[in-house]
Amino acid sequence: MRFLTVSGPPSSGKTSVILRVIEALQARQRKIGVVKFDCLLTEDDQLYAKKGVLVKKGLSGALCPDHYFVSNIEACVSWGHENDCEYLISESAGLCNRCSPHINEITAVCVIDNLSGINTPRKIGPMLKSADIVVITKGDIVSQAEREVFASRVKQVNPGAIIMNINGITGQGAFELTSLFEDASDIETLKGKTLRFSMPSALCSYCLGETRIGEEYQTGNIRKMDI
Amino acid sequence: MNYYDLLPRPLSELLEEHPYIVDFLSSFGLEVEAGPTTLQGYLENLDLDLLEDLGVGAEQLQQSLHDFINGMLALDDPLDKVNSLTLIGGFDKSGTAENLELTLKPGEIICIVGPTGSGKSRLLADIEWVAQGDTPTGRKILINGEVPDSKWRFSTEHKLVAQLSQNMNFVMDLSAEEFVRMHAESRLVTEPEKKVEMILKQANELAGETFLPDTPVTSLSGGQSRALMIADMACLSKSPIVLIDEIENAGIDRKKALDLLMREEKIVLMATHDPILALMGDKRLVIKNGGIARIIEASDAERKNLIALEELDNQLLALRNRIRSGETLENI
Repeated sequence: MRFLTVSGPPSSGKTSVILRVIEALQARQRKIGVVKFDCLLTEDDQLYAKKGVLVKKGLSGALCPDHYFVSNIEACVSWGHENDCEYLISESAGLCNRCSPHINEITAVCVIDNLSGINTPRKIGPMLKSADIVVITKGDIVSQAEREVFASRVKQVNPGAIIMNINGITGQGAFELTSLFEDASDIETLKGKTLRFSMPSALCSYCLGETRIGEEYQTGNIRKMDI
Repeated sequence: MNYYDLLPRPLSELLEEHPYIVDFLSSFGLEVEAGPTTLQGYLENLDLDLLEDLGVGAEQLQQSLHDFINGMLALDDPLDKVNSLTLIGGFDKSGTAENLELTLKPGEIICIVGPTGSGKSRLLADIEWVAQGDTPTGRKILINGEVPDSKWRFSTEHKLVAQLSQNMNFVMDLSAEEFVRMHAESRLVTEPEKKVEMILKQANELAGETFLPDTPVTSLSGGQSRALMIADMACLSKSPIVLIDEIENAGIDRKKALDLLMREEKIVLMATHDPILALMGDKRLVIKNGGIARIIEASDAERKNLIALEELDNQLLALRNRIRSGETLENI
């Protein structure tokens, strides 16, 4: 089973890009599973189900979404395997820009959009900087020069990645991206694998439900600003 | 010269010769100062806790810097010149063979015509992807008569195709001058100021209404935006092929725009149904059911009609200007 992690800022077009790739994979008669991670609510699982692919939805609720991801992804991979998927795609949003679901030896895709602003590539951490493939979306609504400047900014923070422009609406470029998915890592289990980068940590009173503000309520791993 | 040649050199020299290194490090949130320390020394002495906070590992940072510097040094390599682009036909949606081999040369304008959904975008995408029989149409693209290097597919520096789309919104909050300078800098051109000046001058020659260097790009009119992008594409983009999705009539001298692209030795492919633009092209590819159904070469009779069409167009343009200046059109 080929497994890929797809991540990216909220509303960058992850689901649209994956849907276009699914169409191209289905044209090649492939069996596909998708695991959709989100925080509070998502209806994207229905969009996937409509395409006739197997879907698993995971909502992290009150937990840190990326910590939730990493403690569930191994079981998701087994699930994909048991269901004879040829492709398993995990979709998760990087909400704090310091998190990343990318795993060593597993093909990592980051989706980022042209409208997000010229400084955004710098602001996103390992989710973008350690990805193997960077997909840039919404190119049809900006000018060629802006596309080039944006791509060069992405290139600056991840010069080793393959950078592709995909139109999530028309699907332009999705066929080509799919060819890269065909080369994704073929695995049976995630046992023994490691994350590409550690996740940000917190272990403080607020992690445990504290809501009161004030020095006396802060315990555990606390860091202070230099004011 | 490559990354490893730069490692033992002091930052005082390196940052002067390769200022993009400062920019690279700052995009990871790192500061660097010119001094006697070597690049290698700088990298080895980075605080690991700081890197952890910045979300990058020491190894990954070095690998990225390696890739980045080698990419930047490669920009100085002379670009392989594209003397011809050959399209070898595949199949339409019903599987009928296109049976054609078409060679395009720099300075040529090829128009692509056909209804929405007929496969114009797929044709443009086949060219952009330098298809080798591996797309749904089975078409093949040769460059200079040969199967091209795969770098054309993925390289952001050596992109084969620049695309001028119909939608032309700017999202950056910059003046026209700042915008073009930023683009010039991202392409590492020598003497960016000169280029910027040239592009703004060219754009103003194409645009119906002139704009100033300090006009914010977000307040340019549709015609001005297109003029700026065509001038920018002609003068700054290294891509030898230009794909244009219709140049709208409003506010831009289309003939001058195409002349500019031809002067810069681009191969121009343009999806259009505008009679004037279509007749300005050397050839027209008629797309039907996903395939190229016919190739029309502009005839002498058509060329003659182009002159008449241009007169008509100028008359309309004059009327447009009268409306703009508040006149009435009771007598035309």
